Amino acid sequence: MATKTLDITKEHCPMTFVKTKIELSRLQPGDTLEVLLTEGEPLDNVPRNAVEQGYDVLSVEHVAGSTHKVVIRK
Amino acid sequence: MQDEKKLSIIAFSGDFDKLTAVFTLATGAAAVGWEVNIFFTFWGLDAIKQQQGRAFIGSNWLTRMFGFMMGGLKVAPTSRFNFCGAGPRLFRSLMRKNNVATLEELADAAKALGVNLYACEMAMHVLGLKREDFIPEVKDVLGVASFLKFADGGQTLFI
Repeated sequence: MATKTLDITKEHCPMTFVKTKIELSRLQPGDTLEVLLTEGEPLDNVPRNAVEQGYDVLSVEHVAGSTHKVVIRK
Repeated sequence: MQDEKKLSIIAFSGDFDKLTAVFTLATGAAAVGWEVNIFFTFWGLDAIKQQQGRAFIGSNWLTRMFGFMMGGLKVAPTSRFNFCGAGPRLFRSLMRKNNVATLEELADAAKALGVNLYACEMAMHVLGLKREDFIPEVKDVLGVASFLKFADGGQTLFI
């Protein structure tokens, strides 16, 4: 049950959810991925896409400034 | 009915800006779980050549000249404001400044996400290219009938 971190705060569409999807596909079932992202497009799209594709979004929390953390489990 | 989550793109253009659109759409759709097919034809074949940079690839002197002028993603011209090669350099630096993915990053992401890449048989023969001239990720060489079958039920774009 590993946890990996992905920082996409500097990325723009489509690489935000593209990189998230690639990391998620590399996880084993039960692993979690903590994604650091910014408000706006990433915060709107990344959690929703994860749910749509069958992953569990465990939490979405505000970290600091415009950065948020989304925890996704496979 | 077009309710399947499938996107097929006919990549006709070899321009830097249009190929960026092709790979942005392809990676975006693949990242949200769609099945994605890209059919590279004519100028678009430039995007899947293994030889990066200009080289005299082709079956005779004329096709070798085209092979030289079409040097892959690195030297792809913009469809407007190319200014003899300054165009892509200008746009690449703008994109880098804004931390937008480069064309190569988008193409790599497309391969990583399992986007199906196909080469057009007709254009291949005209331009004197062989299967070995393309990157290994190319899934198959197709004719238009096969491609239309793959595209059936989804959305098809011509870029």
